[in-house]
Amino acid sequence: MPLSREQIAQRIAQEVKDGYTVNLGIGIPTLVANYIPSTKTVMLQSENGLLGMGPFPIEGQEDADLINAGKQTITALKGSSFFSSADSFAMIRGGHIDLTVLGAMEVDQYGSIANWMVPGKMVKGMGGAMDLVAGAKNVIVAMQHTDKEGNSKLRTKCTLPLTGVQCIKKIVSDFGVIEVTPQGFVLLEYAPDMTAEQVLAATEGKMVVHPECKKMSFN
Amino acid sequence: MTNKVYKDAKSALEGVKDNMTILVGGFGLCGIPENSIEALRDSGVKGLTCVSNNAGVDDFGLGLLLQTRQIKKMLSSYVGENATFEKQFMSGELELEFCPQGTLAERLRAGGAGIPGFYTPTGVGTKIAEGKEIREFDGREYVLEKGITGDFALVKAWKGDKFGNLVYRKTARNFNPMVATAGKITIAEVEELVEVGELDPDQIHTPGVFVQRIFLGQNHEKRIEQRTVQKRA
Repeated sequence: MPLSREQIAQRIAQEVKDGYTVNLGIGIPTLVANYIPSTKTVMLQSENGLLGMGPFPIEGQEDADLINAGKQTITALKGSSFFSSADSFAMIRGGHIDLTVLGAMEVDQYGSIANWMVPGKMVKGMGGAMDLVAGAKNVIVAMQHTDKEGNSKLRTKCTLPLTGVQCIKKIVSDFGVIEVTPQGFVLLEYAPDMTAEQVLAATEGKMVVHPECKKMSFN
Repeated sequence: MTNKVYKDAKSALEGVKDNMTILVGGFGLCGIPENSIEALRDSGVKGLTCVSNNAGVDDFGLGLLLQTRQIKKMLSSYVGENATFEKQFMSGELELEFCPQGTLAERLRAGGAGIPGFYTPTGVGTKIAEGKEIREFDGREYVLEKGITGDFALVKAWKGDKFGNLVYRKTARNFNPMVATAGKITIAEVEELVEVGELDPDQIHTPGVFVQRIFLGQNHEKRIEQRTVQKRA
């Protein structure tokens, strides 16, 4: 069975190291925060101007002046800081954020990503996504491996308008963990109840199986 | 000292005309200059170019100026929360220029700082870079983006003094400091207007020199877009 949204988030949380500063996008990436163990000190950055984002406030304590980039009411942890959008993107573009996790419509075997625009449909805008993929030291994509018709979203070449060129290092999809290398996609782990061959068959872009590729396990 | 204090948004907006470029602070509905936007609507000026990270929602924020068709063009990074916007854009009534969020913040910062353009890695190889100069520095490509200035800049702060020194609160700061620097006339609306000397100089976010007009805002709604909470234990 493919991974659930929560399992994708749980697996990505393992990539978060102690001391990291992390920006989590909207959707599955937001769930990653739930799986970072309290033994790790991690600062979450929200690009609207907060470093040290905490959980949702207790009912009745929400503050209209304290929101995240998804416009949700949140809290600020001890040691947090507020700043302008220009300072926020200085952190992002300047390479001061250790890890960015975001969603994607397509990623290709060269690490280019498309996640902001479908031609012919109303475009909502890229928000901070183009800056994030251009600036973070490490970008991990959380995504579904295939669309509803079963077409691979891990492409030879992106067909949708790009968000960034050759900037994605790792993908955690509902089918497995995939590294993006100069040789194309490399399958590192595959979902429980699937086989590496099934993941290969479901992938359009060039993919090889890592010699130490393993089945994922969740507790 | 020149008097910068105005009695309300309507008087502070004196001189605003059709076809002007208006810069507006805020992120979503957080830290938006509510009174100034309403007064701009009531003024009836039209053909406006508005530069703002978002376009409000249907019945609040810049959405109010869309309903009355006073905006000709928007420059934003994300406009997903607004059905009026979508309708007017799809029918061709409204022009739209998308700008990545960090590039927008920097374009406003540059505009206010007297810098006409800068090179950024954001958007290289994408639609955003089409038709723009690309230059290589140390083996990596960057795109030339231009600074932005406006005829009026509308910001919202928590506290301000009569010289125009401003202090923002929490994430309501967002685009406001850069917007404040980039207007020919910058209007600040504040929740608390104090005498000169009452704010700690070490805590000022926007020095008063950037602010030409200031007024005490009335009835700020401070609407929450996504109310997310934890149940009380």
